[in-house]
Amino acid sequence: MSNQGKVDCGRRRLVVATAAVGGAGAVGALVPFVSSLLPSERAKAAGAPVEVDISKLEVGQMVTVEWRGKPVWIINRTKEMLETLPKLADAVADPKSEKNQQPAYAQNETRSIKPEVLVVVGICTHLGCSPSNKFKKGADEGMGSDWLGGFLCPCHGSTFDFAGRVFKAKPAPTNLEVPPHVYLSDTRILIGEDKKGA
Amino acid sequence: MAGGTFEKYKSDGSLAGNVLEWFDARFPATSMWKGHLSEYYAPKNFNFWYFFGSLALLVLVIQIVTGIFLVMHYKPDAALNANGVPVAFASVEYIMRDVPGGWIIRYMHSTGASAFFIVVYLHMFRGLIYGSYRKPRELTWLFGVGIFLVLMGEAFFGYLLPWGQMSYWGAQVIVNLFSAIPVVGADLSLIIRGDFVVGDATLNRFFSFHVIAFPLVLLGLVAAHILALHETGSNNPDGIDIKEKKDERGLPLDGIPFHPYYSVKDIVGVVVFLMAFSAVMFFAPEGGGYFLETPNFYPADPLKTPPHIAPVWYFTPFYSILRAMVWNFFGLDAKFWGVVAMGASVVIFAFLPWLDRSPVRSIRYRGPITKVMVTIFVICFFILGYLGTLSPSPMGEIVSQVCTVFYFGFFLGMPWWSRMDKFKPVPERVTMK
Amino acid sequence: MKKFLIALFFAPLLAFASGGNVHLDKWPGSVGDKAALQNGAKLFVNYCLNCHGASYMRYKNLIDLGLTEQQVKENLMFTSDKIGGLMAVAARADEQKQWFGATPPDLTILARARGEAGNAGAGADWLYTYLRSFYRDAERPTGWNNVIFENVGMPNPLWELQGQYALNHETHKLEPLVAGKLSPAEYDKAISDLVGYMVWMGEPQQEFRRTLGFFVLAFLGLLFVVAYALKKEYWKDIH
Repeated sequence: MSNQGKVDCGRRRLVVATAAVGGAGAVGALVPFVSSLLPSERAKAAGAPVEVDISKLEVGQMVTVEWRGKPVWIINRTKEMLETLPKLADAVADPKSEKNQQPAYAQNETRSIKPEVLVVVGICTHLGCSPSNKFKKGADEGMGSDWLGGFLCPCHGSTFDFAGRVFKAKPAPTNLEVPPHVYLSDTRILIGEDKKGA
Repeated sequence: MAGGTFEKYKSDGSLAGNVLEWFDARFPATSMWKGHLSEYYAPKNFNFWYFFGSLALLVLVIQIVTGIFLVMHYKPDAALNANGVPVAFASVEYIMRDVPGGWIIRYMHSTGASAFFIVVYLHMFRGLIYGSYRKPRELTWLFGVGIFLVLMGEAFFGYLLPWGQMSYWGAQVIVNLFSAIPVVGADLSLIIRGDFVVGDATLNRFFSFHVIAFPLVLLGLVAAHILALHETGSNNPDGIDIKEKKDERGLPLDGIPFHPYYSVKDIVGVVVFLMAFSAVMFFAPEGGGYFLETPNFYPADPLKTPPHIAPVWYFTPFYSILRAMVWNFFGLDAKFWGVVAMGASVVIFAFLPWLDRSPVRSIRYRGPITKVMVTIFVICFFILGYLGTLSPSPMGEIVSQVCTVFYFGFFLGMPWWSRMDKFKPVPERVTMK
Repeated sequence: MKKFLIALFFAPLLAFASGGNVHLDKWPGSVGDKAALQNGAKLFVNYCLNCHGASYMRYKNLIDLGLTEQQVKENLMFTSDKIGGLMAVAARADEQKQWFGATPPDLTILARARGEAGNAGAGADWLYTYLRSFYRDAERPTGWNNVIFENVGMPNPLWELQGQYALNHETHKLEPLVAGKLSPAEYDKAISDLVGYMVWMGEPQQEFRRTLGFFVLAFLGLLFVVAYALKKEYWKDIH
């Protein structure tokens, strides 16, 4: 019963074989446990896409809807709002939206599918507070006199323009996220899906 | 080997070796590895009956791991949800349907609960027939009785959680039993329930007991059980002491290191067990209505008692003994004596080391009286178990009373019948039967 | 006298009585018949969901019956439902208690609840018999009674398909009063499909469970061979 010094080849091969088969079994056994950590059907149902009717959304107005527990802003931008965007190309950190904060179809100057309608997640990309509206130009709402309009996050002072782009030298690192969305018709937006569900 | 000192690990110069040497200087790693595995000398003649200890440990691990994942999704709440169904009951169906892989985890846990008792009963039977409870292993046996009691409690608390009809009414009946205890009974039942009837308060505290309190106690007792065993060394089917014959190095002639011999043998046992376990889990998870009971597919309804309340199969022998007590004594209800008898029927196992007066440990070297007594005991246990699943009946009452008399007679008469037997000469060395 | 002797003859069977000692017809279907289950799903949604809920079941699961999401939405859902939603009942439980005397139970796992120890098919048999055992009874508030569930609070939702029957109290058999839209054979098939759907709904993953079990056991067989060889190899040392 004393230690056999060397483990012979046959023994080692069987140990390896058993360990390999056993290991494969262990991995297989892990599958249901790891899967159970994934979102359940209930979570998926609650996170299902949300349909929004913007037929009543007037120009210059904003509406907020909830999607996956997050506020999503839909803004029917005025011409003036849209005109501020090219002027701010040097003031914002990522003017061409090169960082991956939007689907491909929103990687344009207005960061939207239709130029007037902005669909964006209303959560500051710094630490998650929801920014406030500062739509008025100038110093009236407490912003600087050269303020052209957009959003201010009250928590740490990050500011965003009318396309949700973050200004330079602010705590927030990236532009506001544009969620996947698709127009079911001219006045109905489905938020949460890129193309129409089957 | 227990309590023996082992040399600390000396590094072979590699990084791993150095880390291990550093660790071993500060932690009894080598000591534990050698003392409990690679230099724990166990008798070489372990047979089929010796698989069930390691299998019990495996099932404990299965129950804990599956339990951890079930608790992520289960909600212990008796209130009705928007669809009029108790939240706890609905959360179990949520696990079965909406949680990916949830049904596998649920079935593993329900099959595991029954498997635990099958394995533990077989493990206890091994102890019974080979005299593993005898000196010097009485403490191992006592820790084992403790484990059995805690396991019964753990299963009882766990069974309430699905909040089905059987869960609810089974708990109601058993907790009401405590009210049979004179003087303190009613208050005791109130304290256990946390309410006047089994309800949300009960569900939540049983959840706490089942998930945290009792598993911790169980783990402690299992550790103590194994430590006590390793202190004395293991028994074997021949019941002889292998430490009496040692070689020139002081190692038992009939002993072999647990690792690698019994690690490798127990792996085979585990695989066979998993085959049986999987067969049930995948092809008959309801266990013919005994592992998942059909009334439990109805949510608990405090206003509607099911026609037939019975405990889960693994409690039925003891339940039969409780129901067999139908007479009032000394001004106390039969109900009370039923509780006493049921309690005694479990606790009496603890006295086995002192009841057994045979000069010989293992049944192999005992005579016909022992074999007959043990056989009848087992048959009675099965009959009592079967009767416990049925509704009470006049015939059932008489049969369970006879079996109860025999059950207690087996233990209480043991100091006499264990001495009366013919004994065979016990061998010097183990036999590889 | 004859009745007394017959009763005496059957008395020992009382020992096995657990409540339901009526004869149950065997459910003739199988859970593998997808076409039958689809038909059953349609019957279920149209005839049962008005009063009963199936609140652990999601409409999305019906896709597993071999249907597309579009087919489920068009044929099996009411317009206000979402595909990921639960098949809950629209009516309120307290109102139903008032109307029927008891809240109609949730049907999702009823096929499992109506089972019997040792008899895997009993739930299906019970449902199959129950849904074919309604008869007209003027003394009941709903006007309906049932042979295997005495004084049940449920009226017969499928009476248009089955037609109306009366109970002959002597023979204890049902006799037709008014013909239904389906012949008795067609009705039996419809009920068989409906029961099949309910058995499936009780545990939608049961087929997958059995298939997976086969692979698990096959794998364990392989593991056994290897582990046993390993054990034998090491135990060569021991005599």
